[in-house]
Amino acid sequence: MMLKVEGLHVSVDGKEILKGIDLEINAGEVHAIMGPNGSGKSTLSNVIAGRAGYEVTAGSVLYNGHDLLSMSPEERAWEGVFLAFQYPVEIPGVNNIYLLKAGLNSIRKHHGLPELDAMDFMTLVREKMALVKLDESLISRSVNEGFSGGEKKRNEIFQMAVLEPSLAILDETDSGLDIDALKTVASGVNQLRSPDRAMMMVTHYQRLLNYIEPDYIHVLADGRILKSGGKDLALELEERGYDWVREEAAA
Amino acid sequence: MSSRVEELVKREYEAGFFTDIESDTVPPGLNEDVIRLISAKKKEPEWMLEWRLAAFEHWKTMAEPEWAHVHYEPVDYQSISYYSAPKSKKDAPKSLDEVDPKLLETYEKLGIPLHERERLAGVAVDAVFDSVSVATTFKAKLEEAGVIFCPISEAIEKHPELVRAYLGTVVPTSDNFFASLNSAVFTDGSFVYVPKGVRCPMELSTYFRINASNTGQFERTLIIADEGASVSYLEGCTAPMRDENQLHAAVVELVALDDAKIKYSTVQNWYPGDEEGRGGIYNFVTKRGECRGTNSKISWTQVETGSAITWKYPSCVLKGDHSVGEFYSVALTNNYQQADTGTKMVHVGNHTRSTIISKGISAGHGQNAYRGLVKVLKGADDARNYTQCDSLLLGDTCGAHTFPYIEAKNRTARVEHEATTSKIGEDQLFYCMQRGISEEDAVSMIVNGFCREVFKELPMEFAVEAGKLLSVSLEGAVG
Repeated sequence: MMLKVEGLHVSVDGKEILKGIDLEINAGEVHAIMGPNGSGKSTLSNVIAGRAGYEVTAGSVLYNGHDLLSMSPEERAWEGVFLAFQYPVEIPGVNNIYLLKAGLNSIRKHHGLPELDAMDFMTLVREKMALVKLDESLISRSVNEGFSGGEKKRNEIFQMAVLEPSLAILDETDSGLDIDALKTVASGVNQLRSPDRAMMMVTHYQRLLNYIEPDYIHVLADGRILKSGGKDLALELEERGYDWVREEAAA
Repeated sequence: MSSRVEELVKREYEAGFFTDIESDTVPPGLNEDVIRLISAKKKEPEWMLEWRLAAFEHWKTMAEPEWAHVHYEPVDYQSISYYSAPKSKKDAPKSLDEVDPKLLETYEKLGIPLHERERLAGVAVDAVFDSVSVATTFKAKLEEAGVIFCPISEAIEKHPELVRAYLGTVVPTSDNFFASLNSAVFTDGSFVYVPKGVRCPMELSTYFRINASNTGQFERTLIIADEGASVSYLEGCTAPMRDENQLHAAVVELVALDDAKIKYSTVQNWYPGDEEGRGGIYNFVTKRGECRGTNSKISWTQVETGSAITWKYPSCVLKGDHSVGEFYSVALTNNYQQADTGTKMVHVGNHTRSTIISKGISAGHGQNAYRGLVKVLKGADDARNYTQCDSLLLGDTCGAHTFPYIEAKNRTARVEHEATTSKIGEDQLFYCMQRGISEEDAVSMIVNGFCREVFKELPMEFAVEAGKLLSVSLEGAVG
């Protein structure tokens, strides 16, 4: 098992957001975490990636059998955890590709691999850019600076393609995308599906799942996973909303 | 994060070694006799001595300026020694072979080997160690082009007509307290003259180092670009670690005639004091350039990471029509460092343009002030200025301050000012770390990005050095 979340309780500023999450993800699987706004979806993503400001009050997260919560964010990245951000941040003056190259080489170094030189790196970059139809000009720009919403999200998937993580978390990757951009992003993600790689997609809407078909769907509401099922669950949610799941769970 | 951060912040000053060389130092104190002694040691002509004495007379009537946003114990000008030279200078070295090997070792440690074969191609170095120039490289090649690049004391001896014509014409001996002091006691510095129509064939560079204790460094630099000439000049500075404060009061004068261009870059890494704020250099410097000719251009680029206190405003007086002044600055204050720095752009001629890009970075208990004046005189038609001041704060105990002054007396002037203050974002750091980059590398990457507009103005090899210097001065300074 790649990821095993058990009884996870998380608070932010003393307020409990996650109230006991259990989740298991195996290599090769794609899981969708759905739920209404404020249900704790992004909190779950951030805690797995190691963002500061979240207090784990109970429970555990094991990643390939190791205690993920005791690792720093960069150690998690070295071990293959990748977060595609909901709001990719702009870093003025820092070249988009320079950051990616530094990241990739840190990861390679951790695994005892030699650093990629500029030529090999650019070959890799060109190959992966094609995957999400990223414009060549975005190579030489500062990280996310002046990117459109769609470009930012495609840049995230492009980075994922270059870094080749074992566990990819896609946090609201569909938000703010028009239908063409959504298709492009989805196609990129689909090409990155592999038997060695697990993905956890966090989304509010069902429409992303029309393009990236998950193996499992979990409904997260009020800090708990209220229902899990196969891909058909998405359609039911689309038709009936989230309230019936809450009612069913309360009964 | 914070425990690792603490460790990194406490990283020691890398240039803080002291070289044990016998030196010829005059006892502390300042009076006419000391000035006569300095002048005599330098075998100066009478007019130079008189110039110094006049400056000293004026200095005695002046008070130390107090308007800067910096705080320090008063300096006792009688406890400073105004002249210190390595003793071997008495039998002045004729070539590098005669230079004290220990001195050469010092330069090696600083990464500026003097041997020409070891030099980066195309960079000539005039190295000033305490008060005298030790060796000047690449002289021959420059002489071929007609460029004069030598210690100012040598210029006084060999090119008195040029020195007399220009010295003190940009920064008069009565200009300000520190400039007057410098005029009275300056011991060395560089002199550059680029003749008509000549592009200086290489970057010129000077390294300054304060080595002896209880000494001040008062270098004086004069650069003249004659009609149609161009030159790029870089200075770098370091000092050993000492508990007491040391004074550095330099004066730099630049003169650009018709169609001439001068680019002056500084990478300043004087000892900043320890993490409690003990020791460090007081860097009180007057730098000014005069665009005297039509279409002339003067560009200042500075990266200020050292010194306990920095007080400097490299300025441009735009006299010639269509002349251009530029100021690009990165100033970093960490621990208890204080900086009050900026520029003055004085528009005198018609159609003059100036650009000011200032990046202030504060960390620890550092206080960083930008102070700038854009002045457009009544007769200066169609003057334009663009000013951008950005401040970056790392942590909650530091400060950034901006004091922009604008005096426009001509209605056709166009003056733009933009200012931003931001904190280094947790979001930016987390983003980098999520991509596998360690926290200290992420901080350095983000800060370097913030400074990029300025670094790209530096000659390439120095841009790399400046980036590294910034990383060393800041590593992990986020809590």
